[in-house]
Amino acid sequence: MTDAALPAAAATQAYELDSPARRARRRLFKRKAAVFGLVVISAFILLAALAPLVVPYDPIATSWSLVRKPPTAAHWFGTDELGRDILSRVVYGARASLMAGLISVAIALGIGVPLGLLAGYRGGFVDALISRITDAMLACPFLILAIALAAFLGPSLGNAMIAIGISATPIFIRLTRGQVLSVKAEDYVEAARALGNPPWRIAFSHILPNILPSLLVQATLSIAAAIIAEAALSFLGLGQQPPAPSWGSMLNAAQRFLTQAPWMAIWPGLAIFLVVLSLNLLGDGLRDALDPRQR
Amino acid sequence: MLRRARDTGRIMLNFLAHRIAQIVPTLFFVSVLIFSLQQLLPGDPALVMAGEERDPAVIEQIRQQYKLDQPIPVQYVYWLKGVLTGNFGESLRNKMPVRELIAQKLPVTLQLGSMAILIAFFIGIPAGIISAVKKGTAWDYGANLFALWGISTPNFWLGILLIFLFSIKLGWLPASGYVPLTENWRASLAATIMPAFVLGNAISAILMRHTRSAMLQVLESDYVRTARAKGLSERVVILKHAMRNALTPIITLGALELGTLLSGAVLTEQIFSIPGFGKLIVDAVFNRDYAVVQGVVLVTATVYITLNLVADVAYVLVNPRLRG
Repeated sequence: MTDAALPAAAATQAYELDSPARRARRRLFKRKAAVFGLVVISAFILLAALAPLVVPYDPIATSWSLVRKPPTAAHWFGTDELGRDILSRVVYGARASLMAGLISVAIALGIGVPLGLLAGYRGGFVDALISRITDAMLACPFLILAIALAAFLGPSLGNAMIAIGISATPIFIRLTRGQVLSVKAEDYVEAARALGNPPWRIAFSHILPNILPSLLVQATLSIAAAIIAEAALSFLGLGQQPPAPSWGSMLNAAQRFLTQAPWMAIWPGLAIFLVVLSLNLLGDGLRDALDPRQR
Repeated sequence: MLRRARDTGRIMLNFLAHRIAQIVPTLFFVSVLIFSLQQLLPGDPALVMAGEERDPAVIEQIRQQYKLDQPIPVQYVYWLKGVLTGNFGESLRNKMPVRELIAQKLPVTLQLGSMAILIAFFIGIPAGIISAVKKGTAWDYGANLFALWGISTPNFWLGILLIFLFSIKLGWLPASGYVPLTENWRASLAATIMPAFVLGNAISAILMRHTRSAMLQVLESDYVRTARAKGLSERVVILKHAMRNALTPIITLGALELGTLLSGAVLTEQIFSIPGFGKLIVDAVFNRDYAVVQGVVLVTATVYITLNLVADVAYVLVNPRLRG
């Protein structure tokens, strides 16, 4: 609306300054919910990065005199069944969760996008083969596939990330393929082909940049799903191994002491909720901001 | 009339044939995927599968049973032969056939899942309709907040919070356990209402979002404008004209949320100690009962694919435009 209302002269002047990315950023910052998400996520990233500097106690130091103490001035979030400070464990848990989210989605992107580009650009038998494998993976519910993979790979945070990453891959294959099919017939791709560019260069330097916005949106939402999945795997004992803190395994311990120490259940759950909520808000905001049809 | 019915039949048959032709390779890759899981086991699979057992005779028996001394493609053929005849192998722990274990646990999850879907429909659809009709009002914001909460809350956390509130603080509902419906329906409902709500919560949020966008689209359509112009009351316009058309795709969406449902059931059943399908896979993982893990994933994927087919066919049947 505002863009169209600008006088023609100002519009041509502003053209250099107003790149699509900048316009999208402006639209994103107009949405309060998305800004809230961005702020909360940034705060968690900062906390995770600076964990050793901000936590009041060693997250794995046990103390028999402090077993299951409710929140106090010394221990804001209380202590757990081994007398460890819950605040420190929640802050350190952010490291495991955020890393798991980022790395597993990076794995999914790293496998899914090239395969999707290949399927969409090549078509024919290659496309049919990749598409059927994608269907097969999508037929196994995300978390069940992740649990099965993690079970066979063996319990560890690294294996949990691999399991979640592989389980999240088919979504990216399907999304990339669909996007490639829709931009393949565009004039600029046609022009790049006419100039004699090899297929891989057309795929990576002409098609990929144009489908980045939708990949970015999906990646944000997938990180949220991956963080929940990591917490679920850790809750089941298939992720981060004790005594290293993770939100999922903290909730597992909390359930066992729910009657005696209910505060143990609040904080790790709240942390997962806040991070996932923020990523969902940010993802929705990005979708609206990056979609040129939305104004 | 007769000719039309015959044409419809032919189109349906074509459609079915096409969809089934697509399913066969998908099922093949599902089987390959699930079979390959056991290649991920670190070290000698027979040794890993034996677990604590160190008796060479037992290990040798496992090796024989799973044809582990044969090349991998041969192992696959043996495995597939078993699966196709309904033989998923047997549990290493309690020596029961995997098929029987699954048949035993499935009804429990079916009850839990149906209750969850029911709850999701009862919350999600009215919330979606209200927020679309009252777009931009406090109702709309409230419903959207509810959907965000539903999508972002890990269900195992919600389960723990509910147990704390309703079982520990108020003492209204049992914290865990399961009673079959046929044995005592009151106790059965009391034991499953909390887990069903936990399971339905996320799905109702997804349903709400879809209902809202479908309703918004329909409310802008020409026939709704015509209905309003005819002087029909807003109530009739929304309930009779808009809702019917908006809800057709939503009903089939219910089938597609099966994956969410089964994924959710794993943790929900774990938290509430409900001996269903989800608990079966978790116990199998803990016991390193790999044949059970594979069987559960295989059955899940097959059910998912079949339900998708049914949903597609149902969609074509209820949508006259697709019938040609």
